[in-house]
Amino acid sequence: MENLIYIFKDYTFQTVALGSMILGLISGVLGSFAVLRKQSLLGDGVSHAALPGVVMAFVLTGSKDTQILLLGALISGLMATLFIISIVKHTRIKFDSALALVMSVFFGCGLVLLTYVQKIPDSNQAGLKRFIFGQASTLLKKDVYFMLICGVILLTFVVLFWKEFKLYIFDPEYAKSLGFPTYKLNLLLSLMIVMTIIIGLQTVGVILMSAMLIAPAVAARQWTNRLWIMVMLSALFGAISGIGGTAASSLAEKLPTGPATVVFISGIVIVSVLFAPGRGIVQKMMHRKNLKLFLKTEGGDTNVPTI
Amino acid sequence: MSPQFEIQLIAVIVAIACSLPGVFLVLRKMSMMSDSITHTILLGIVLAFFLTHDLSSPFLITGATLMGLITVWLTETLNRTRLLSEDASIGIVFPLLFSIAIILITRYAGSVHLDTDSVLLGELAFAPFNRMVIFGHDIGAKAIYSATVLLIINLAFIIIFFKELKVVTFDPMLAAVLGFSPSLIHYGLMMVVSLTTVGAFEAVGSVLVVAFMIGPPVTAYLLTDDLKRMLFLSGLIGAVNGISGYYLAAIFDVSISGSMAVMTGLVFLIVFITAPRRGLVSSLRRRNRQKLDFGKKTLLFHLYNHEGNENEIEEAGIHTLPIHFHWEQALIDKIIKILLKEGNITIENEVLKLTEQGRLKSRSDYESLFSE
Repeated sequence: MENLIYIFKDYTFQTVALGSMILGLISGVLGSFAVLRKQSLLGDGVSHAALPGVVMAFVLTGSKDTQILLLGALISGLMATLFIISIVKHTRIKFDSALALVMSVFFGCGLVLLTYVQKIPDSNQAGLKRFIFGQASTLLKKDVYFMLICGVILLTFVVLFWKEFKLYIFDPEYAKSLGFPTYKLNLLLSLMIVMTIIIGLQTVGVILMSAMLIAPAVAARQWTNRLWIMVMLSALFGAISGIGGTAASSLAEKLPTGPATVVFISGIVIVSVLFAPGRGIVQKMMHRKNLKLFLKTEGGDTNVPTI
Repeated sequence: MSPQFEIQLIAVIVAIACSLPGVFLVLRKMSMMSDSITHTILLGIVLAFFLTHDLSSPFLITGATLMGLITVWLTETLNRTRLLSEDASIGIVFPLLFSIAIILITRYAGSVHLDTDSVLLGELAFAPFNRMVIFGHDIGAKAIYSATVLLIINLAFIIIFFKELKVVTFDPMLAAVLGFSPSLIHYGLMMVVSLTTVGAFEAVGSVLVVAFMIGPPVTAYLLTDDLKRMLFLSGLIGAVNGISGYYLAAIFDVSISGSMAVMTGLVFLIVFITAPRRGLVSSLRRRNRQKLDFGKKTLLFHLYNHEGNENEIEEAGIHTLPIHFHWEQALIDKIIKILLKEGNITIENEVLKLTEQGRLKSRSDYESLFSE
């Protein structure tokens, strides 16, 4: 317990926990939209597709400043998203195939650029890879402020376009027939999701960012059928797991923050899927058992064939 | 054999071996499962390593393949609860398993050479260093043989179970009714995918296995409707990507597997834009034609309906038409121009009038659309 209090007073812990919390909160909110649109794997795709952008930004500017690298990542993430959207729009290729293709090609392109950079004399490219695979413990106060600003912007947009997004997610055809510019809404929403992913890259890394986008939303979905409650809950779950993961990694030796956060949020998902009222598996099983009992006491045939 | 030739040979064999099961992944809308498996096999390797304490043990491959199957099973179990969609199930399962793997590595295997980079990135250029030596004779790089075994397994699986795979892929219900077990075939396929991923990532790295597995089939999917032809084309495209990627890498002296992925992207891009009937250009042209066709028919119907009405001047006036239809001015102008040229309408005092030919066309269009 003393350990815990000591850690909470620690400056590094505060910074990292705050960063992870903000990330969890933003990805919880935007993730809800991604999950409801059945594009939850976009996080995985875009975070891989960010690699060439990061390397290009480094090659062009020569700086390893977080913001510049993030800008590069944002641009290439967006390009990948646009590719995916146009492939799906113009051919019969499904979203998941387009995603898998574009993401692996972009990642390969990033690798090519990376090996190219390594040959440029006295270019100190060390650390670029670390950037891609995420290292929460290297978060600085500056990065946290940056995340905070991005978060406020993103959340403002969510509030401003709440009605439009809601309509677009649940019934895009209807939205179109009402005269909303659905293509632009799609782009805006994708842009916002991509921004969230890029912010998260630095904290939890490429592979785990997809979990931060999906898991809080999936967990929140089990508890409610209302969008705004889901978004709130999702943000809460995201924030809690951000803090929880950071705390766990500070308490235990050799426990990386990103994976710890993912395990934490996955735990929340499992609990939600099992125990959520109305939808949870446990309740469904109880319900089925009661029905069987009822059938038996009422003298029905217990050997009714079921599918 | 020179190392250059060996690398190309490995690339071609691996590319073909990957693209064959990839065809079924694409057709079954499970492309992202390959991405998921490429990540989770790390956990299989780690667990198998803890059991055997030997990095070259064949149990590592077994463990990895089993973990691939477990991934599929977990994802589908989650999906079957119908509490979350398929993509969300994938996105929950693989980050969790991958995280557990990373935690295990950092906690217990820090000193062993089992870093995430070597699993995720892989490098074909080092393959020729690992020689296959039998009775003291050097008979080529080890990867050539492992890739060939992989290709033979995949080919055998697809040839033997072609009929089953086909029916399960396109009509699982029919397959179940006919007495094939869709889930048995499904898990067989998944085992092949898992094995291929494990076998291939040594050579090309896991993220690029996805490019090899999904890229060629997706490209072939734009070119044909025939399953056999799609399999053949995928293998061919995969081989082309492999060889051209090697030369790209050789010219610029960059990562070989990376440039193969780049070539995969380029070849896809070319096909995506130019493919007959299903490409971008033909899709845009078709849509444009349909739009014009729809506009022409609608305008003719409109004129036919209002012919001789008291408000004909307003309904069919050149300047009031765009407001009535909520169409863009440019589109309307274009349609009017075409109809004038075809002799279906004339303009009198800024009001559109049907010609006799237009009247007939409108009526025959109506009949072909709405009568039995």
